[in-house]
Amino acid sequence: MTGRERFVNYGLPALTLLVLFLLWEGGVYAFKLPRFILPAPSVVAQSLWQWRNAIWSHALQTLYTTLAGFGVAVGFGLVLGWIVGFSPLVYKALYPVLIGFNSIPKVAIVPVLVIWFGIGTVPAVLTAFLISFFPIVVNVATGLATLEPELQDVLRSLGAGKLQIFRKVGLPRTLPYFFASMKVAVTLAFVGSVISETVASNRGVGYLMIAASSRFDVPLVFAGLLVIAALGVVLYAAFAVLEGRLTSWAYRR
Amino acid sequence: MAPETKTDLSALAVEFRDVSLTYVARDRCTVALENVHLAVRPSEFVAIVGPSGCGKTTFLKLTSGLLRPSGGEVWVEGRPVRGPLKIVGMAFQNPTLLPWRTTLENVLLPLEIVQPHRQQYRRGRAAYRAKALELLRSVGLDGFADRHPWQLSGGMQQRASLCRALIHEPDILLLDEPFGALDAFTREELWLVLQRLAADRGCTVILVTHDLREAIFLADTVYVMSRRPGKLVAQWEVGFPRPRELADCFTEGFLELFQGIRSQIGEVREAL
Repeated sequence: MTGRERFVNYGLPALTLLVLFLLWEGGVYAFKLPRFILPAPSVVAQSLWQWRNAIWSHALQTLYTTLAGFGVAVGFGLVLGWIVGFSPLVYKALYPVLIGFNSIPKVAIVPVLVIWFGIGTVPAVLTAFLISFFPIVVNVATGLATLEPELQDVLRSLGAGKLQIFRKVGLPRTLPYFFASMKVAVTLAFVGSVISETVASNRGVGYLMIAASSRFDVPLVFAGLLVIAALGVVLYAAFAVLEGRLTSWAYRR
Repeated sequence: MAPETKTDLSALAVEFRDVSLTYVARDRCTVALENVHLAVRPSEFVAIVGPSGCGKTTFLKLTSGLLRPSGGEVWVEGRPVRGPLKIVGMAFQNPTLLPWRTTLENVLLPLEIVQPHRQQYRRGRAAYRAKALELLRSVGLDGFADRHPWQLSGGMQQRASLCRALIHEPDILLLDEPFGALDAFTREELWLVLQRLAADRGCTVILVTHDLREAIFLADTVYVMSRRPGKLVAQWEVGFPRPRELADCFTEGFLELFQGIRSQIGEVREAL
């Protein structure tokens, strides 16, 4: 990587973030906003440092529930996406149900999950799963359904069966779609687990933020928000790297 | 002119017996092929010319078993075609290489599917790779084995596609306007490549094209197909000695044949 590329990839986003924080800091002082309305970044940072141990353990909990829910979503979404994309019949039968389900605000489901499973880890994992599997299904199904008939003909003319066509063409062909959806899904999974934690849990960043806001400890609320944002960025970046490794052909690199 | 040997029918490489094909899409019927009779001898190089949309691609799909006729029967090597055939290699107008595979891996694809290679693939991997590399070298693609298809030019992709059609040593090679999208110079270059490959392997070739010069240069027999519904309306034997050279395209005999077939295609078009 050249120096310029390194700057564009890492330096530029960092610079943007710094400018954003400076504007925020400046705005808070200029308008003399009280810290329980909008705390300055420096105050948030102080709070972050002061509560680092509690934040760390709650963040781990959130990371754990998010990844667990996301993991289930990937497995489930991949298989369902393949089935839906492979069979036009299943597609027709299932699609309205899927779209209807995805339209339901997941925060409305959390109370039901609590009645079934109690509060804590399980509803958080499930909410993360429920909110993040949809984009994976849609993308993988699209990847399969838009398979070029010419590519299928190449394999069919060799006497390949449906399963072989799927393995040799369908599966690799859906990979770019799959990774694109993973990047969306992993950030959604955070939304899901944090929603569930704010409604029904005594662990996790979501709980931490609710507890802090009930004490008017707004700097700690913002610290929680920053932690979630940072976790989201890190996971997104991880999948972007994985994507670059496994589907570089799709980007012609 | 090669003599007709129609006595032993089982010895034919490909035979069409009164084959018709009708596509039914929604409420409309399209007759793509009508009462086609054709006999191709082993190792014969056949070219089928005709205007676009006359059912040439349908013809190839019937031969390879990708499509089933709605009337009549297609026989390949003495047996009626019931499904896709492994003794057939196909190359299409689009190179249709898989973008996630390197050139070499693309050429190896048929060996992962066609028996008995499929079973031996893991054990014989090194030998198969060597064979694929040799084939790539023979079409001038050595050094590009590890490139991805999008890193190759159109002509190179088509060469790789030819290699893929030949790697499992098919008895019959079916070519669907393989050079249609290439510029004239590359096309002529690939004619020579194809002529050499076909002669080396002694395989039967059916080439579908709308380029009459290409058909005459490459084929032993040229068939003219009419516009939809597709029928074979004429058969021309091309007796020029092999190997042919590009300069042969300008000999008197070649031009005479060219004019003859050309005027006949003109009549076929007028008749509609």
